[in-house]
Amino acid sequence: MPNTPVLQVSRKAPDIYVWGLKGNWIIGSSLPTVEDAFDRMQASNKLDRIEFDCTGLKGWDSQFLSFLIKLIKQCDYRGITMDTEGLPSGVKGMLDLAKAIPERQDIGTRNEPQRGLFNAIGRYSLDIYVDFLNLATFLGDTTLAFLKFCMGRARFRQEDLWRLIQDSGPSALPIISLISLLVGMILAFVGAVQLKLFGAQIFIADLVGLGMAREMGAMMTAILMAGRTGAAYAAELGSMTVNDEIDALRTSGFSPMEFLVIPRIVALVVTIPLLCLYSDILGMIGGALVAQGLFDISFSEFYIQLQNRIRPIDFEVGIVKCTVFGALVAIAGCMRGLQSKRSASAVGLATTSAVVTGIIFIVVSDAVMTLLVTSLNLFKR
Amino acid sequence: MTTELRASRKHLTPHVAVSHLTMAYDDFVVQKDLSFEINRGEVFIIMGGSGCGKSTLLRHLIGLKEPISGEVYFDGMDLWHSKPRERNHMLLRMGILYQSGALWSSMTLRENISLPLSEHTTLTPGDIEDMVALKLALVGLAGFEDFYPSEISGGMQKRAALARAMALDPEILFFDEPSAGLDPISARRLDELILHLKESLGTTVVIVTHDLDSILEIGSDSVFLDTDAKTIIARGNPKDILANTEQANVREFLTRGKVQERTSLNSFSSNPSRGKQDTSI
Repeated sequence: MPNTPVLQVSRKAPDIYVWGLKGNWIIGSSLPTVEDAFDRMQASNKLDRIEFDCTGLKGWDSQFLSFLIKLIKQCDYRGITMDTEGLPSGVKGMLDLAKAIPERQDIGTRNEPQRGLFNAIGRYSLDIYVDFLNLATFLGDTTLAFLKFCMGRARFRQEDLWRLIQDSGPSALPIISLISLLVGMILAFVGAVQLKLFGAQIFIADLVGLGMAREMGAMMTAILMAGRTGAAYAAELGSMTVNDEIDALRTSGFSPMEFLVIPRIVALVVTIPLLCLYSDILGMIGGALVAQGLFDISFSEFYIQLQNRIRPIDFEVGIVKCTVFGALVAIAGCMRGLQSKRSASAVGLATTSAVVTGIIFIVVSDAVMTLLVTSLNLFKR
Repeated sequence: MTTELRASRKHLTPHVAVSHLTMAYDDFVVQKDLSFEINRGEVFIIMGGSGCGKSTLLRHLIGLKEPISGEVYFDGMDLWHSKPRERNHMLLRMGILYQSGALWSSMTLRENISLPLSEHTTLTPGDIEDMVALKLALVGLAGFEDFYPSEISGGMQKRAALARAMALDPEILFFDEPSAGLDPISARRLDELILHLKESLGTTVVIVTHDLDSILEIGSDSVFLDTDAKTIIARGNPKDILANTEQANVREFLTRGKVQERTSLNSFSSNPSRGKQDTSI
């Protein structure tokens, strides 16, 4: 085919080679590599000069230029003169342009990251250390701002707070309903299959009731809010960082901690206990549905069993836990958002990191609180 | 502060003084040992090629980035060694127009402009309403109170951001690349607006830019930052710099790289009428 790129290497003089270029040297056509071309000249060890013959060259684009630039580097390295005279004038112009400004050597101390397992572990540990310091700083700032809020001196807009409460509370009801109902049903089903083996189906109510009230309601609500609201906080504050809006707040005399972070934490801490209670109840309804449908326990039986077994303390523990989760989720979201760097991908990273951090906070604090509740014997009858 | 009072203080101290300022990101030094003064009522230009640290310098002047070493004095007070409360008071006397406008996107223009007013003044809601209308009218956006920043064009966003920057009647206005992203006519209008503000309110104006037209037309004093030398390599009225500089890279910058004879440069700079005509609205 006349259009495929062809390279003909011919010897003009003992130490001069002529490269005849033919066809279309464009992106998508299979160009010969520079190394190949050099291999073909291996025959002669006395090589000093390369010339070009481009009479057959039909078309070229940047693929051809990058081939030539590689060739130039090779020639420099091997001490060969490259005579560009035979190239088309456009190619010569582009090559001159590419060579016009030499690579900058003083761009700064951008060290090539060192590879290797130990380096990776070291870097990772340093990152965690820095992250921990940032978290401590952020928690300190939050506490200070929160004290100001408690004294009624924090400066933020009431409208913002109402909007945030609306967004994190009522708007989350549909998803909370769905997930809690299903979690309740799953708990009931998994438990009932076992309990049925020794005819104790009625204890489904205990299982679902205690499970939802003490643990699952709080956990599911908090994880949903980490994915929903925590991510939203990080994305919103992250884009505000990108758009200089945070700087504008600072220079207008507003503290981002008071103006942005406090209303967000307050909104979540106010709404999440209610959501948690709602989730508990929906979970129990889900359990009752399964008990009624599959295991012949009527709603009233289920209800009476619940009433006998579940005490206010069970709900209280769950709700207190969930409130702590809520505060942590809000803190994780705001912290990642404010730490975001100034690019679109950084906002994406901040959002991801907010959800991950939020869930880690939830699980770790849950472990601590469960330990606390157990050692305090809160559930003792 | 009234214009006369500002004028009477003119001889006292420079409005902003920078002394031996060194700026760095981690261990990469951007600019070192910068010292200059910005006098009251000037249109002061911070210029230089892309990436030379113009915007970073601005961030140091407006209290957003702490210098590695050196001081920034605002009206004789040390910006970076003051207590946070005092620094906040200094910041409130500055108005800043960010490159992107940086209007708060979750608020309408009315809320954007009234927020600093309701926070830092004792005006009644009715007075604030009037102030918002006035500021928007000054930048040619009367009637846009209830629009969100995303609902108006880029040029309008810039002007709205200017209205916000002027909300507290600042003594000094900082502009970060005011003409970036604007068409030539909008950029020219913004320049005219800046000059107008300066002349009628006596505001000191500090502009970070590499827009040649603005530099030569409205600048009355300037510093030229160089990427390689990492410091100031030219200082003074941009037109004088253009006429007198011996430095090839400064001349190249101010002539957009065109090779011109010294004589033709002189004739251009000694004929400032072009700038004058444009500024009278």
